[in-house]
Amino acid sequence: MGGIPHDHYEPKSNFEKGMAKRLPIFGLLYDTLMIPTPKNLNWMWIWGIVLTFCLALQIITGIVLVMHYIPHEDMAFASVEHIMRNVNGGHMIRYFHMNGASLFFVAVYLHIFRGLYYGSYKAPREVTWIIGMLIYLLMMGTAFMGYVLPWGQMSFHGTAVITGLFGAIPFVGEALQTWLLGASSVGQPALNRFFSLHYLLPFVIAGLVIVHIWAFHTTGNNNPTGVEVRRTSKAEAEKDTLPFWPYFVIKDLFALAVILVVFMAIVGFMPNYLGHPDNYIEANPLATPAHIVPEWYFLPFYAILRAFTADVWLVMFVDFITGGIVDAKFFGVLAMFGAIAVMALAPWLDTSSVRSGRYRPMFKIWFWILVADFIFLMWLGAMPAEEPYASLSLLGSTYWFAYFLVILPLLGVLEKPEQPPATIEDDFKAHYGKGDSVATPAE
Amino acid sequence: MFKTLTTGLALTVALAAGGAHAAGEAPKVTDYDFSFEGPFGAYDQMQLQRGLQVYTEICSACHGLKFVPIRTLADDGGPHLPEDQVRAYAEFYEVWDPTLFDGEGDFRPAVPADHFPEVLSANAPDLSLMAKARAGFSGPLGSGINQLVKGMGGAEYIASLLAGYEDPPSCAPDDFDGSYNAVFTAGGYPVECYDEDGKRKYPGSWIGMSQPLWGDDVEYADGTEATIEQASQDVAAFLMWTAEPKLNARKQAGFVGVIILSLLAALLYLTNKRIWAPVKGKD
Amino acid sequence: MAHTDEHEGTRRDFLYYATAGTGAVVTGVAGWALVNQMNPSADVRALSSIRVDISGVEPGTQLTVLFQGKPVFIRRRTEAEIAAARADDDAALQDPIARNENVGEAPATDANRALDEDGEWLVMLGVCTHLGCVPLGDGAGDFGGWFCPCHGSHYDTAGRIRKGPANQNLLVPTAAFDGDDLVLG
Repeated sequence: MGGIPHDHYEPKSNFEKGMAKRLPIFGLLYDTLMIPTPKNLNWMWIWGIVLTFCLALQIITGIVLVMHYIPHEDMAFASVEHIMRNVNGGHMIRYFHMNGASLFFVAVYLHIFRGLYYGSYKAPREVTWIIGMLIYLLMMGTAFMGYVLPWGQMSFHGTAVITGLFGAIPFVGEALQTWLLGASSVGQPALNRFFSLHYLLPFVIAGLVIVHIWAFHTTGNNNPTGVEVRRTSKAEAEKDTLPFWPYFVIKDLFALAVILVVFMAIVGFMPNYLGHPDNYIEANPLATPAHIVPEWYFLPFYAILRAFTADVWLVMFVDFITGGIVDAKFFGVLAMFGAIAVMALAPWLDTSSVRSGRYRPMFKIWFWILVADFIFLMWLGAMPAEEPYASLSLLGSTYWFAYFLVILPLLGVLEKPEQPPATIEDDFKAHYGKGDSVATPAE
Repeated sequence: MFKTLTTGLALTVALAAGGAHAAGEAPKVTDYDFSFEGPFGAYDQMQLQRGLQVYTEICSACHGLKFVPIRTLADDGGPHLPEDQVRAYAEFYEVWDPTLFDGEGDFRPAVPADHFPEVLSANAPDLSLMAKARAGFSGPLGSGINQLVKGMGGAEYIASLLAGYEDPPSCAPDDFDGSYNAVFTAGGYPVECYDEDGKRKYPGSWIGMSQPLWGDDVEYADGTEATIEQASQDVAAFLMWTAEPKLNARKQAGFVGVIILSLLAALLYLTNKRIWAPVKGKD
Repeated sequence: MAHTDEHEGTRRDFLYYATAGTGAVVTGVAGWALVNQMNPSADVRALSSIRVDISGVEPGTQLTVLFQGKPVFIRRRTEAEIAAARADDDAALQDPIARNENVGEAPATDANRALDEDGEWLVMLGVCTHLGCVPLGDGAGDFGGWFCPCHGSHYDTAGRIRKGPANQNLLVPTAAFDGDDLVLG
């Protein structure tokens, strides 16, 4: 791995030397664990570890649940109840898996907004950002397919609605939807294949996570100042950085433990709070729940999906110029995926010469409005599709797109950024400065 | 600064999730005090036994509990009946055994390892998970905060509904289908009872299930008086147990987990502080 | 100075050990939960013991029940069967061990095979000890007990192997009387 100059692994014993010639795994582990990390990272840089933990938690609890789960339309619901009632500790394992999805998304949203605020997506970290977005998309797919498996009312009718989105695609939509479901409606074929993919995708995510880490280990971490680590010499680099182990491992583990206290309290005392009660009713194709709502982590994008109704002039205009190919339904689907696509394009839409939002006075304001907008959309997504929520959703969706497509490009031109510190060392000293004596850590 | 973001997001997650429950108008659910509410709440064994009696003598005539194994009546943290009583109780029920009669199947008396029988009647839903499927308290503003403050709400809903039968308002025609219930909102509603603005004049609606509890329907072994309210709450508590049989164990695990993880967090905090002390010039 | 350092060092080491120890406990508990979920679940455990009502079994008849996926023969023997079995206690038995889970290691006398003192009840797994077929009962075979049609193993009225390729007596599972019921397992 290139990047910041640092001490590389030196095999010492004969065994290590022998291994290094045959399989340089110790060197790889050492360089990964001792990677120089900017020493001014703040508490928003803990979410990576939390996410890694979540992935491991979901994979491990998931594999265990599969030992008892049956992907059959007549037995899936009962097998989940079997887990809840008969399997040793099964109720805890399932509640961990259920709420683990929520923890996963809390962490990923904070991770993404951290990246947006500190400009972590900007050159040279575009690849890290894009891979992150891919991971996020796969997470959403995995979470959706996992929600199908208990085969409750929300699972069943939610599946019908979400696969219906693909049905909105012009010309091929209906064929695509049938292909996805393996039938004209939700049933055994859909349950079986979603089960298979729900098992597979986490491992794809794990692979992408390795690439994600590889990418930012090559470029080096971003940090709150957005200033790069000095790389001209090892001595200079060491003034800006500390090895990942033990400094950041322990710090991240501390943060993880605090988060797990809250997580444990939710699992132990209110495990069903984030779920929908209707999913405790076995799937019944003959009765649709009064109010189909996705899980909370999909709500902002669900609000965007619903915002673009046929009476919005933009939708009417697009409908007209495409000769009816892009109707309101398809427009909504495009808007939903577009909302994620514009986020993925942030590296090229942001024109500012300064990386970190800390030194961008105007950017800060717009950024926090974006955060508020995200939260606002999340609330709107849970509301029924009627006024005033429909108009408010349109307003919220418009800001989301405007932020990425208009505000980010313009800010780079209009804004006069403040001067970031020259080095990470300066920033660190400004926080903890007791003079020059701290330049070299004791051990 | 990012603390605001974190708390903000956490709060919204709570709000949005609560909002997801905001289906339909909020029913008039009474917030009964159940023994199993709160972080340290646990089932009241005597109440579960009374609720089992109400279920057996009244509800089971129409409803089933197909996900509940009869043997769990003996479980610690449940009604905790003695083994021989559970065996005797199981024999009340007949179950279909496909292995009998040379593989053609036959009915036989149930044993503890069997589940409560399933009832295949469209109008009498299975009650195993009803208390979890009817989580209530969606307010205020659809935020679901009440659910957090007041508990799950499913048991409260069931108890309120069973005690919610009232004389039908005078506006309704005498032959209107069902029984008037002030808590149940998803049933039929006579056009005569809407006002000029198209709003309902009275809460609730007409439910298909005729009033099951009238007071003194059962005679409790422990001498508790079986008023409508008492029997409703007892059977609601019992149904909460059938829906979430591991509640006691779960809360215990949660409590131990929180304590040990707090300890781990405190130790990691000190370790982290010590490791960073020389770097931050605080040593 | 050196003294303070040492003191500091001990305190720091203790903190590190305490942290690592607590972390190990948390990991251990989580790991145990993952292992324990593979142990038999409550529904399986509930079937590890079954009760059979034997009040309707007349002498000279046999009840076959399914227990943990295997047939169990519950035979109420006649006086003649008991006498025949006891008479053969001194015969040259192919398997001289009782194979009774209720008595442990003991010679294969009829008293050690039967469940009650009078020798009326004989309870055995209906699985031939040769290759696992289900033997025929009701006086089948050369010794008036059971006969396995697969490879011709003959069992006597106490379920002991007397002739044929099987090398063990039919296994007597853990069983006990409780009122009108026989409790298996």
